Amino acid sequence: MRKLFLSHTTEFVLFAVIIAMSFVLGFATERFFTLGNAFDLLNISAVNIIFAVGLLVVLIAGGIDISFAVAASIVQYVTVLALERIGGGGWVSGLLIAACFGIMLGVINAFLIHRFRIISIVATIATFNVYFGLLMFFTKGVSIYNLPDWLTSRVILYEREMADGSWAEITLPVVVMAVCTFATWLFITRTTTGRQLYAFGDNPEGARRFGINIGAMQFIAYGWLGLMAGIAGLMQAHYAQEVVPNALYGRELDVLAAVVLGGARLGGGKGSVLGCVLGVLLVSITQNGLNLMGVSPFAFKMIVGAIILVAITLSSTRIGNLAPVFATRKSTDARPADKGES
Amino acid sequence: MNALAARFNAIFGADMAGPLAALAAVLIVFGFASPHFLTGATFGSVAFQLPELGVLALAMLMPILTGGLNLAITFTANIAGLTLAWTLQANGGIDAGSGAFLLGTALALAVGAASGLVMGLVIAFTRAHPILVSLSMMIFLRGLGEFMTRGGDISGFPTFIAPIGHGSILGIPVPLLILIACVIASHILLSRSKLGFSTYMIGSNIESARYSGINTRKILVLVYMLSGVMAAVAGIIMLARFNSVRVGHGESYLLITVLACFLGGINPFGGFGRVLPVFVALIVLQLLSSGLNLLGANQHLTTAVWGILLIVVMVLRWLSAKFIRLVK
Amino acid sequence: MSTATNDGVKAKPLLSLRGINMTFGGVKALKNVSFEVLPGEVHCLAGENGSGKSTLIKVISGVYRPADGAEIVFDGETISHMTPAMAQSRGIQIIWQDLALFAEMSVAENIAFQTLSGSRPRFVNYAAIRGVAEEALGRLGVTLDVDRPLKDFAIAQRQIVAIARALVGEARIVFMDEPTASLTQSETDHLLAIVRTLSASGIAVVFVSHRLAEVLEISSRITVLRDGALVGVYPVEGMTQSRITELMTGRTFDQNVRARDVAQNPVLLSVSKLCRPGEFEDISFDLRRGETLGITGLLGSGRTELALTLFGMRRPAAGTIVLEGRAMRFASNREAIASGVAYLSEDRLSLGLNQPQSIADNLVMASLNRILSGRLISPGKKRALVARWIAELGIRIGKQDDAISTLSGGNQQRVAIAKWLATDPKVLILDAPTVGVDVGARAGIFEIVARLAETGLAILLISDEVPEVYFNADRIIHMEKGRIAGWHDPRATTLKDLEAAVYA
Repeated sequence: MRKLFLSHTTEFVLFAVIIAMSFVLGFATERFFTLGNAFDLLNISAVNIIFAVGLLVVLIAGGIDISFAVAASIVQYVTVLALERIGGGGWVSGLLIAACFGIMLGVINAFLIHRFRIISIVATIATFNVYFGLLMFFTKGVSIYNLPDWLTSRVILYEREMADGSWAEITLPVVVMAVCTFATWLFITRTTTGRQLYAFGDNPEGARRFGINIGAMQFIAYGWLGLMAGIAGLMQAHYAQEVVPNALYGRELDVLAAVVLGGARLGGGKGSVLGCVLGVLLVSITQNGLNLMGVSPFAFKMIVGAIILVAITLSSTRIGNLAPVFATRKSTDARPADKGES
Repeated sequence: MNALAARFNAIFGADMAGPLAALAAVLIVFGFASPHFLTGATFGSVAFQLPELGVLALAMLMPILTGGLNLAITFTANIAGLTLAWTLQANGGIDAGSGAFLLGTALALAVGAASGLVMGLVIAFTRAHPILVSLSMMIFLRGLGEFMTRGGDISGFPTFIAPIGHGSILGIPVPLLILIACVIASHILLSRSKLGFSTYMIGSNIESARYSGINTRKILVLVYMLSGVMAAVAGIIMLARFNSVRVGHGESYLLITVLACFLGGINPFGGFGRVLPVFVALIVLQLLSSGLNLLGANQHLTTAVWGILLIVVMVLRWLSAKFIRLVK
Repeated sequence: MSTATNDGVKAKPLLSLRGINMTFGGVKALKNVSFEVLPGEVHCLAGENGSGKSTLIKVISGVYRPADGAEIVFDGETISHMTPAMAQSRGIQIIWQDLALFAEMSVAENIAFQTLSGSRPRFVNYAAIRGVAEEALGRLGVTLDVDRPLKDFAIAQRQIVAIARALVGEARIVFMDEPTASLTQSETDHLLAIVRTLSASGIAVVFVSHRLAEVLEISSRITVLRDGALVGVYPVEGMTQSRITELMTGRTFDQNVRARDVAQNPVLLSVSKLCRPGEFEDISFDLRRGETLGITGLLGSGRTELALTLFGMRRPAAGTIVLEGRAMRFASNREAIASGVAYLSEDRLSLGLNQPQSIADNLVMASLNRILSGRLISPGKKRALVARWIAELGIRIGKQDDAISTLSGGNQQRVAIAKWLATDPKVLILDAPTVGVDVGARAGIFEIVARLAETGLAILLISDEVPEVYFNADRIIHMEKGRIAGWHDPRATTLKDLEAAVYA
């Protein structure tokens, strides 16, 4: 148990915070501890969790991506246009098309980063502007409301009427989210390629000396995020029942905050699917709780921002950092062999 | 050829080559493409549009030099603008006097400094990643602003404020004068002051700076405070230009400022980069915008072209590094 | 070509390289080098920093590709171009100087990383990985918790992990690049024992080390490189340390004890009963003006911790520091510097110098107040200050604005010393001043130290290289486990006795 705690500190802390918050919210509001609310939470968080597990893979591989949310907007738009061309399509063709476009946009990032050795934040800030600018230019900012029927009709996989007459439902995005989460977990913890991504993010030079294909790592990581972004884009269109070109603008930073809150490290080599999901849930639960408590929606973001700020302050604080007197960096022996931050 | 290059580097600095080449290319291409480009009108519009983005880019510059990033600059600017707006409103709105304006400006700058202070303290003392710290500050400030304004505009300011956004002195737009003052101040601060020197040292290796007796925590806090103050200046300019304040004004500038810094040769990991190339890069971006505008493109296409420009410059840098290795 | 072994029997080489050339950005890193290793032998690859040792290892492991005309023969098979995967599959294993381990991954994954590499995706069998790791550790007679992430372990244990990783799969030849650089003496002894075990089981070991004593102790043959070219291959029998040094540097050195009598000089720094629990205890000494006081002891003896405490970067738990008659309580190293204490870090690469920045900026970093005019830094004063110290310490540089990383280790260290001299210190603490400095350049560093002592500067010379302290200090403190274990006078003792005392 202690071992498990030590190896998953961030996850345990997040979990404890979520439990504590749930108790407070459970006592403060009547609705928080209901099945309906729990399902609502999942329905609301589904798209962000799909984005988050995709971004997690890129962060583990030592990169960062600012462009994925805008890429997802492009995927939404292009997929709907393509579906119109092929006469409507269905879930299978829709997901396939979205996945392909998503991967394509991700691969563009990987190409720039690998081929021209552009640092990932520079490359993806550039593609962020290119993607968004072109999308808004070609669409003229016009939304699509006329989506295929199958895409807009709600798919309810489980429902139950509650005592108060409301319905508790699990919808398609939640199932897709579960599949994406499981697939990502399987990929990064149970396949050799996934472990190579960790190794590459942890110590790129060490991985190179082991003959690991650096280019492949970049393409796989950004391709995976592209895939997830494509799927998330389609799910967002399904959930919102419309395609608005700038609907996802700004989402990239919210997701990034949640993923890093979940223990992924900017710089690579560290992060888990569980932590990532908990990070997104913590943010959702905060908003949900504030909503139930009748706090003005305008105050949500302020409180969420404050909570993240406090959380990272606490999680990064070591006693030694606050009071140098206690710092016992063993300067002569335990120098970590991991990469220098130059 | 080599002698020429050496002379160029001696006069402008090696990091000036990219931005100046881009400037020349933009002037030539658009000069031929549109007869209206090389006219006073273009430069007039650039002169009025440049300052907001420019001052925000300066606010982004110093944190990047320390190896960090300040993603909260645009909303810091908004909150600072709100502070000034409220001060004016509390003192009579349209009829507010210059005393209220000075008080409001001081408060706005103080608010900017305060946001930087909080971030700087967290970053300096907990070593949390600046991207994350400033990101949560950004989310917080955005929420705070939306909460206080309920998403609406605040307007109705005394008329003497308008010249800050629209007036000219000796034919030079006032906002441009403010920008130039900020550029000169930043340039001197970074190239000549102890704070600037320490900023570079921290950016490339914070531990070695600490071992050499540099007060790294103090410097980090000061850098983020200055960044906040600079963002507040941008907020005041925006207030005067739009004659209103709304949370979200200038939000799209955020990543453009990062783009401008990278275009200006700032090292993304910190430690290297100068103010003047960034200033030239900003002019290039704005000229590009005006030129495309003349050709009938809208702001969104411009955004895309800005992104492409950054990619092109990065690819050229990669090619030239490769070329230099080959020549050797 | 084959070489005579000890028994006089002609043995076929396991690995043989010929005509290896390697060029980086116009600089020839390897010039027509040949290299040969016999099965099961312990072979030493010796040379100064930058002589091409590490480059040669990277060629052998397939990380670098040599220029055309190279010939690599392994176990009778001619390999036209080696890749990391080919090297691994043939049992060529490298233990890199930086270990190339993955800090966030578990010990098991690190050891069995070979089973995780390869471009074809497979599912991971964690039970098998654990088994492989435990088996490899078992062969070394070590037990570690293989499920814990590597970052939880100290450097010596990480070294073990790196060795265990090399043993996974049928290792035929193991390269160890500076494996003892960060180990204590007992850990080094343990490592050398492991090397002997490997050799006895028929695995060839190529040992790259600048610690000449170890080289003589363990190897059967030595290949010496200098400036990227082969100097020669020599049997260890009859070889002495000074002869190897000569081969490596192409020069001869003779050293004399420099110690002088400084008992008449006034006391500058007086430390009494200084203590930080767990690091050092009950440290008392007087340092006199113009004196060079040596502190030696093994890694982990508390030397560096003591130095950092004197430098104000750590607070003492008890005891006093008196500088020129005034009791000091430094709140930070800034106060220490202002009071005239300077500290040259043992870790020049990441703490001592700011590697990407320029020579000039590094040199003035600690003395900015001396180059101000008004509140701004004066470029003229800065250039003058830098030029003065460059001349004074005979530092060879191109331009002041070149990055410090373009200088050789010896010249870098001189800049680091100049940085502290520019603060006008009264006490200069030199912590391992010759780490990463070529044998040939070390003498120059100590010339400077001697000159500084003549001017009245009090110097604390910390080093785990006992001869350095012996030849250059006036008096010597021997530290052990955080305490002063003994005082020595170089004029009254021999190097052998001192080494015996330290390594006892």
